[in-house]
Amino acid sequence: MPVKRAEKTPMPVREPQQRAHDFREVNAGYTAFHAAFEAERCLRCQDPVCVDGCPVQIPIPDFIHLVAIGDMAGAAKILRAANPLPAICGRVCPQESQCEAECSMTGRFNPVAIGHLERYVADWERTQPAAAEAKITRKEKIAIIGAGPAGLVCAGELARLGYPATIYEALHAPGGVLRYGIPEFRLPKAVLDWEIGVLKTMGVQIVCNVIIGKTLTLDELFNRLGYAAVFIGTGAGLPQFLGIPGENLNGVMSANEFLTRINLMRAYEFPETDTPVRIGKRVAVIGAGNTAMDAVRTSLRMGAEEAMIVYRRSDREMSARIEEYHHAIEEGVKFHWLTNPLEILDDGSGWVDGLKCQQMKLGEPDASGRARPIPISGSEFVLPAENVILAIGTTPNPLLTRTTSGLLTNKKGCLVADEQTGLTSKSLVFAGGDAVTGTATVILAAGAGKRAAQAMHEALASRN
Amino acid sequence: MPRIIETRRLTPVTKYFRIDAPLIAASAQPGQFVMLRVREGGERIPITIADYDRTAGILTIVVQEVGATTKRVCALEAGDEILDVAGPLGGQIEIPPGGHVCGVGGGFGSAALLCLMRELSTRGDRTTAILGARSKDLLILADELRAVCSSVEICTDDGSAGFKGFVTQRLAQLIAGDGPGRPDCVVAIGPMAMMRAVAETTRGPKVKTLVSMDPLMVDGTGMCGGCRVTVGGKAQFACVDGPCFDAHQVDFDVAMRRNKQYVREEKRAVERLACMAARELR
Repeated sequence: MPVKRAEKTPMPVREPQQRAHDFREVNAGYTAFHAAFEAERCLRCQDPVCVDGCPVQIPIPDFIHLVAIGDMAGAAKILRAANPLPAICGRVCPQESQCEAECSMTGRFNPVAIGHLERYVADWERTQPAAAEAKITRKEKIAIIGAGPAGLVCAGELARLGYPATIYEALHAPGGVLRYGIPEFRLPKAVLDWEIGVLKTMGVQIVCNVIIGKTLTLDELFNRLGYAAVFIGTGAGLPQFLGIPGENLNGVMSANEFLTRINLMRAYEFPETDTPVRIGKRVAVIGAGNTAMDAVRTSLRMGAEEAMIVYRRSDREMSARIEEYHHAIEEGVKFHWLTNPLEILDDGSGWVDGLKCQQMKLGEPDASGRARPIPISGSEFVLPAENVILAIGTTPNPLLTRTTSGLLTNKKGCLVADEQTGLTSKSLVFAGGDAVTGTATVILAAGAGKRAAQAMHEALASRN
Repeated sequence: MPRIIETRRLTPVTKYFRIDAPLIAASAQPGQFVMLRVREGGERIPITIADYDRTAGILTIVVQEVGATTKRVCALEAGDEILDVAGPLGGQIEIPPGGHVCGVGGGFGSAALLCLMRELSTRGDRTTAILGARSKDLLILADELRAVCSSVEICTDDGSAGFKGFVTQRLAQLIAGDGPGRPDCVVAIGPMAMMRAVAETTRGPKVKTLVSMDPLMVDGTGMCGGCRVTVGGKAQFACVDGPCFDAHQVDFDVAMRRNKQYVREEKRAVERLACMAARELR
């Protein structure tokens, strides 16, 4: 059936009621036909403003043109030079507020499906024999703290520049949020493992189960182990709690705990795996960001009959990726907008019985720039639930900064770092990603890792 | 993957391990713990560090069989490798020097007292260890603790060794002036019910008491909040703010209730392990 030029070629997607009960990927990916068809929609603008919308400046019209003419190898080469995680970013970037928002077709028509095309090329690349090679030519060793997107991309870029880079990861498997946070049905771990495999082929070393600040100090990386520079990509993994009564009842978890049990520890395969997670009939997830969407959709897959989002603002203030929101609606997630949680209720034996809430209305914008929610008095009601999951935000884990001297942080615990280079207050120590910005996106972390690698290279070159 | 150098059965349910882990041994401090994983798809479990040899690069832990994962750990022998050992995690115990410190160990908790008592004695404090168990055969590391403490008090429920009664009863006698005398600080490590009882014993006489909390943990590095303990009305993460806290501020009722969240699943895992083991024997 012919698709009008004005519309995006739709992404083949699994049927909602079926996909909401397993962890297999929701989006099936374009076929070669879809990809060529969609790539032809690109107008190849004289001034490609889409590139400015990309945090790592992928030369978008160039790679899309090669897709249109069938040169996948060429398209993959262009992508990889700018972004070592294209199979991941094509799946999880909020393109609607980045490249696709800038696309000159946006507004009158649908933008070109840049994200779907990036994913297509990256998935094609995974079917090919490995092309990467290690070209480690320099003597200066660089240490990276944290194997999340910022650290992985920084290490990859340093390897490309010829530096031996070693990533120290606190958990037993690399990936950071890519592993513990984003569920299998959005980002299959096989894809993540493949991308990490490419980095290892390029010469990046990854050492797990080492907590810098505990197993080794940051200073020891310089003084004892002889690293020439250090990049901190420790993320923002400290979960926030509301402080409302009942938060310690059995059945209440942070989204981090819930998702880590499921994604990192594979609790959805219990008892073949050993970490359990208990999800009852009704689950209330507080928050409306990507983490909340992941938690509420995962709850459905863990057998919840009713999975709800509870958010004190409205859907217009929601920060989740728009595709996840649509998928959640299709899967049957219930949305309680303008609903503020007041108290988690006890069933009498220490387990969650329900969530007492009040209705809100929106007033003038507050400090965050979003409309301020105002309680409507007398509007209290109870949402029955067996679980309450808090996805209200995370801040940087203070473990490294508490145990390292000379690293300045701001009031929120974020590392103070130069916006362009990532240089912190400590000599030859750079940082990027959520550890600096607070909770943000994979691609912003990747961009910061890339810029820091370049800055480290310049700092070391100017020293010699 | 760290290799096990030596193992020793201490009781039918507790095993002592010396592990080749130079980085952890070099930076470990009393009060800290490691996260262990023994198989792909396995759980991460927190185990308190019993001792460390910084020169030889050896880490000592004692594991009690309470569930499927600890049973798997205790099936390992010298020469085996542990899939993942991460640490040292948690904060170190801070005690002002120069006083009389009494370590109270219940069951496997006695192991966690070893490096603490050794470091305190080395710096010149007077140290007493009160070790409790149901009977003589279930006491662990009494000789090792005798070698590092000024005095060791044994308590058994059945009277088969030492004082007949609970550690709290003997502790109350010490506070009243008996034996080694009133301590300036008590550190209690063991089952939560025991630590709660110690806190109640020392609350009235106002003896400063620390307890090493062992809530359920997933990552152990401060990213999930599953280990949150209410201390002085505030939520603290045992893995980064603890695991030792002021016993008189800890809400033990909530802690004990939260520890029971997965009792059904834990039982299922143990039964499954037993079935798999039985199948292998046939």
